[in-house]
Amino acid sequence: MELTEFIIKTLTILVVFVLTLVIAMYSTWGERKVAGFIQDRMGPNRAGPGGLLQPLADAGKMFFKEDFIPALANKWLFISGPSLAMLTALLASAVIPFGSTFRYGGAEVVLQGVESNIGILYVFGVVALGVYGIMIGGWASNNKFSLLGAIRAASQNISYEVAMGLSLIAILMMSSSLSLGDIVAQQHGGNWNIFYQPLGFIIFLTCSFAECNRVPFDLPECETELVGGYHTEYGSMKLGFYLFAEYINMFVSSAIISVLYFGGYNYPGMDWVYNQLTAALGTTTGHNIATLIGTGVFFGKALFFIFFYMWVRWTLPRFRYDQLMNLGWKKLIPLAIFNIIITGACVLFLKPYITALLN
Amino acid sequence: MTLMERAYLPAIATGLAITLKHFFAKKVTIQYPEVKRYLGPVFRGRHILKRDEDGRERCTACGLCAVACPAEAISMVAAERVKGEETLYREEKYAAVYEVNMLRCIFCGLCEEACPKQAVYLRHDEFIPVFNDRNQVIWGKDLLVEDMNNRYTREAWTKEEAHILDRKRADGEVTNVIPRAIP
Repeated sequence: MELTEFIIKTLTILVVFVLTLVIAMYSTWGERKVAGFIQDRMGPNRAGPGGLLQPLADAGKMFFKEDFIPALANKWLFISGPSLAMLTALLASAVIPFGSTFRYGGAEVVLQGVESNIGILYVFGVVALGVYGIMIGGWASNNKFSLLGAIRAASQNISYEVAMGLSLIAILMMSSSLSLGDIVAQQHGGNWNIFYQPLGFIIFLTCSFAECNRVPFDLPECETELVGGYHTEYGSMKLGFYLFAEYINMFVSSAIISVLYFGGYNYPGMDWVYNQLTAALGTTTGHNIATLIGTGVFFGKALFFIFFYMWVRWTLPRFRYDQLMNLGWKKLIPLAIFNIIITGACVLFLKPYITALLN
Repeated sequence: MTLMERAYLPAIATGLAITLKHFFAKKVTIQYPEVKRYLGPVFRGRHILKRDEDGRERCTACGLCAVACPAEAISMVAAERVKGEETLYREEKYAAVYEVNMLRCIFCGLCEEACPKQAVYLRHDEFIPVFNDRNQVIWGKDLLVEDMNNRYTREAWTKEEAHILDRKRADGEVTNVIPRAIP
């Protein structure tokens, strides 16, 4: 049992890992397609049908470029920067619940890399570490532009993490659990958190844009002011890792948004579909197919948010740095605290009243 | 600013709506090597040495094109027609060698205007292909002389005619010509 459990966990982790990488890879293709379509162009369409082989061509190009390290850079840290960015980006996907359970030979396998009871805290810890990759890379480059970009990234991430954490506390007050699996399970039957926490959702979404260093908060790589920002000195696959880490972060935060606010693998009419499937195909096959549909729904939601990230990127211009800081500290944090107070009042006074009314 | 304006979100939503409209809009891209844009009836592309309706070369190697050429791209060697060659050349003198240096040529069309025999034209439908080698730069008679199985015709000869044609096409009177990719 120990060994089978170990093998099953290894396989789940491997699947999660591969899925994250593939989605991040095709996000680069999707980004360029979306950019093209929004600007009335076609986007890449030469490599393979619809340009589908474009990510492979890009990776091939990245690998064959000169792996350059500046003479005065700190070599060890220069290499560890992108590695760390990649590592922390990939770590976060381990605790995301991709679906409910999968029945195989009498055992129930949870479609989640690690069933941690502090899942959301783990995600926040890992995401907070992500800034080290940028900071170390920017500092090790021995370049003022890189350092400025890295400092911007660090201060921006720290500022927006506060508002992000505060907006999340309202969710945790409602769910009274830190486990992502529990938070999703509680949203079953259309009880999506977005309906209870619209303000929290907007704050969380804004902060996730800032955490991923995406437009309109992409000041760390602001090319008008900082050449390339923290990756000015980077080339070859080391630059590729930085860019790739950004897309992995994008997928992870899209998945987290859909888990926290849009019910993860839950969808309307889920119970009806489940009953129909188990009645028609038996409790094992029916259950598994229902789970797969839920997983598909989850990925649909996550992909929509990836699209939303791109959509916003090609719509909004970049904030100025003081505007960014004002928005973070003077608007989002007070709003998040206000949201906590409102939620607390509702949980304390309104919820018992409503439950009493309904019963 | 009012509270609504300071909240950013309505303005962002408007912007997102505009970009989404463009997302589903018709794309203006022309897939170049497969689809070529129509450049108009008076576009000056590559040269052609015309033959007459009996298939005889019109060029008499008078050299007026070479004189008119501001880039000095044209050179030729004249020869006298001998007995038995009447089906090949229209007049008693012809160009034994006629060469255009395509790197020198600026496609101004002055050779076309100088020609008294209506022998040299710049095609409106074909470009010079990309050169891979210096040997491909100078085009001789093998490339320039018209192929009788695939004769070159032009739908309009002057800008005025082209405008009339455009108007007719817009009115739907003319339909047998290739439409432009971009109207």
